[in-house]
Amino acid sequence: MSLDQASTWTPAERDELQHTSLVRHRLEEQFRDLEQQHEVASLGMWIFLATEVMFFGTLFVGLGVYTYMHHEAFVKASEKLNWLIGGTNTVVLLISSLMIVLAVHSARVGNQRHLVMFLALTALLGVCFLCLKGVEYYIDWRENLIPGWKFDAEEWIQRDHLRPEQVPQVQLFLLFYWTMTGLHALHVILGIGAVLAMALLARRGRFSPVYYSPVDVTALYWHFVDIVWIFLLPMLYLTGTHTGADFHF
Amino acid sequence: MSTLIAEPSQLPAPAEEPRPNYPNVAYGLISWLLTRDHKRIAILYLLTVTAMFFIGGGAVTIVRLNLMTPEGGLVEADTYNRLFTIHGVIMVFFFLVPVVPTVLGNFCIPLMIGAKDLAFPRINLASWYLFVVAAGWTLYAILADGLDTGWTFYTPYSSQSTHYNVAPALVGIVISGFSSIFTGLNFIVTIHRLRAPGLTWWRLPIFVWTIYATSFIFLLAVPVLAMALILVILERLLRIGVFDPALGGDPLLFQHLFWFYSHPAVYIMILPGMGVVSEVIPCFARKQIFGYTFVALASFGIACLGFLVWAHHMFVAGISVYSAMIFSSLSYLVAVPSAIKVFNWTATLYKGSISFQAPMLFALGFVCLFTAGGLTGLFLAALGMDMHVHDTYFVIAHFHFIMVGGMVMGYMSGLHYWWPKITGRLYSEWWSKLAAIIIFVGFFLTFLPQFVLGYNGMPRRYHRYVPEFQVWNVLSSAGASILGVGYLLPLFYFLYSFWFGPKAGPNPWQATGLEWQTPSPPPPENFDRTPVVVRGPYEYHLEKAQNEP
Repeated sequence: MSLDQASTWTPAERDELQHTSLVRHRLEEQFRDLEQQHEVASLGMWIFLATEVMFFGTLFVGLGVYTYMHHEAFVKASEKLNWLIGGTNTVVLLISSLMIVLAVHSARVGNQRHLVMFLALTALLGVCFLCLKGVEYYIDWRENLIPGWKFDAEEWIQRDHLRPEQVPQVQLFLLFYWTMTGLHALHVILGIGAVLAMALLARRGRFSPVYYSPVDVTALYWHFVDIVWIFLLPMLYLTGTHTGADFHF
Repeated sequence: MSTLIAEPSQLPAPAEEPRPNYPNVAYGLISWLLTRDHKRIAILYLLTVTAMFFIGGGAVTIVRLNLMTPEGGLVEADTYNRLFTIHGVIMVFFFLVPVVPTVLGNFCIPLMIGAKDLAFPRINLASWYLFVVAAGWTLYAILADGLDTGWTFYTPYSSQSTHYNVAPALVGIVISGFSSIFTGLNFIVTIHRLRAPGLTWWRLPIFVWTIYATSFIFLLAVPVLAMALILVILERLLRIGVFDPALGGDPLLFQHLFWFYSHPAVYIMILPGMGVVSEVIPCFARKQIFGYTFVALASFGIACLGFLVWAHHMFVAGISVYSAMIFSSLSYLVAVPSAIKVFNWTATLYKGSISFQAPMLFALGFVCLFTAGGLTGLFLAALGMDMHVHDTYFVIAHFHFIMVGGMVMGYMSGLHYWWPKITGRLYSEWWSKLAAIIIFVGFFLTFLPQFVLGYNGMPRRYHRYVPEFQVWNVLSSAGASILGVGYLLPLFYFLYSFWFGPKAGPNPWQATGLEWQTPSPPPPENFDRTPVVVRGPYEYHLEKAQNEP
C-alpha cells in the first residue's frame, strides 16, 4: 500500500508531516527516505514469513506423510482432539485478523483513537485464543493425551480396539499435535507482544499517515499466525470423524 | 581509468591527511562488539570463521595421520568417529556455509551496490552473536558430550543407537541456522531496496547475483533442516519414534528432510565462490565478463535446480527406482548452468591480457578444481555408478573438489582480491603466489588418490582399511600436510601486511567495481555521496579503448 493513499491529507499537510516525522521517528541512517524505510520493513517481513512457511511446512509434510502411512491410528487419535475448542479458536483468530486490518486502516487515515482500540482488541482476542488453548491442553492432559509423558497404551487397546503396533503411531500423531500447536502458540505469544508494543507506541503518538510501517509489518505477521492455524485445524482436528458424542467437558 | 560514478569530482583525491575510516572512527573492544557497521561485522566474522577453519582442520589432521597405517593405530575407533564428526560439523555448518556470505558478502555487498549499510544493521550484528553462541555451544557439546554421527545425523543411529547425547550439539546447529536465515534475509532486502540510483539489476556485479541466489537458499532450506533436527531432539527426549521404524516412524523421511536442506546447502557452499571468481577473472584478464546475463541467471538456475535433486543422496537408501531415475536426470541438469559458468569464465580469459596475481591464481585454481569436481559429480548422478561408489572415498574426493577446491579457493581468491580494500594494505606478492601454488599442488595430491581409493572400494568413515590401500592413503596424507602449510602461510603474510604492508590506495587492481571507487579502508558511511551508476560492472574494454588512441 502506498503512502499516497493517505486520503484526507492535503499535500501541504503531508509535506509538513513528512518533515516532522523525519525528525521524530529517526529515519535510520542507511535509508534515503521514509518511503524506502517502509518498503524495506515490509519486504523484510514478507521474506521472514517465507522462512516461517518452510518451518511449518516441514511439520506439515511430516504430518502428511505419517497420516498417509498410519491412517487408521491417526484418525482414531484425531477423534480424541477437542474440535469444538479448535473450531472456536479459528473463529477467534479470524476476528482478530479483521481487527488488525481495521487497525492498519486507522493508522493510514490517521485515526489515533481507533488505532489503539483495534490493536488492543487484536491483542485481547489473541489472549482469548491462548486461554482457550490452555483449557484444551488441560483437558488433553486429563485425558492422557501427552505422548511420552502422560499416555496410557492399555487404554487405547481396550477402549479404541487398536492393535499394539498402532499405539506408537498414536503417540506420533500426538507428538505432531503438540509440536505444531505449541509452536503456533509460541508465535501467538510473540504476536501479542508485538501488537501490544504497537498499541503502546500508538498511544504515545508515534504513528502518522506517513509513518506506520511497524503497524503494517506487525499486521502481516499476525495474519500469518492466523493462516497457520487455518491449516492446522483440518490437518489435526478434522482428520478424524467427529460426532456430537465427542464433547469432552 | 574508467569511472562508474557520474560525477568524477566525487572520486576521493589522494588524501594527504588521514580521513575517518571504519577501523579508526572508534577504538576499543566495546566499539567493535556493539558496532552496526557491516564492515566491522565482516571483520568479526572473519576472525570467528578463521578460528573454526583451523579447529576443523586440526581434527582432520589427526584423521589423516591415523589413516597413514592400515591398522589405524593412532587413535581409538571411537575417537576417530568423533574426530571426523568434528571436522564435518565444524567445516560445513561453521565454515563453508557462512564464510563467503558473511565475510566477503557482508563487507562488499553494500559497497558494491552503493549503499550506506545493510538494510537491517542490528539484525546483522545479532546474526554474528547467534553464530558465536551456536559455534561455542556446538563445540562445547561435541567436546563435552561427544558426537559420533558424522555431519549427516542419520536416524535412527542419531536418535536411538549412539551412546552419545546428540541433542545439545543439534541445538547449536539449529541456532546457527537462525544466524544464516537472518543473514540471507538481510542480503535479499538490501539488494532489492538499497541499490544506488542507476544500478539496475543488469548492472549488478555477478558476486551480488550469487549472494542473492545463495540468500534464497538460506531462507527456504535452512528452516527445513532446523525442524528436522528439532524432531530428532524431540525423539531423543521423549523416546517417541518420529524416525524410528519400530515405532511407526520413517527414517527415510529424515533423509528426505535432511537432504532437502543439505543438497541446496552444497550450492550455498559453491555459489558465492563462483561469484568471487566472476569478479576476479574479468579484472585480471582486463576484459568484460563473457555472457554476463547467462552467468547471472546461471546462479539462479543452480539455486532452483538445487532444490530438486536431493534424493540423489539416497539412491541406495530404498527409494523407488522410478523416483531414483527422475532424481538422477534432474541431477544431470545441474551440469548445464555450471557448465555455462565455466565456459563463460574461459571465454572471458580468451584474448584477455592476463596477469597472474595471487587472486587470479586462486581463481584459476577454482575453475580447474571446480570443473574436475563437477564432472565427477556426473559420475555420482548416474544410478549404476553411484551404487558402486556410494559412501566411498570417491564421494569424499568429489565433494572436497567442490568445497575445498572450489569454495575455499574461491574464498582465498576473494580474500586476496579485497584484502587491500578491507585493510588498506598490500600483502607480499611473492608469498601469496607461493601460497596459491602450494595449496593447488597440495590439494591435488590429497584428493586425487582418494578417487582411486574410492573407485577400488575403500568406504568412507572407516577407522582402518586393508593393506592394499596404504600407498594411496599415504600419498593423500602427504598431500594434506602440504595443503596445511599452504593454509598457514596466508596467516603470516596477511598479518604482516596488516601492520607493515605498503599502502594500497583506493584501487590497486584498477578494477571497475563500485567498491573500488571509495578509499581503502572505506569511510564508515562508505561513500561521501550516494554514487550514481551509469555503466555495467565490468567495463574493462572501455579502459583499453582509452589507452590505445
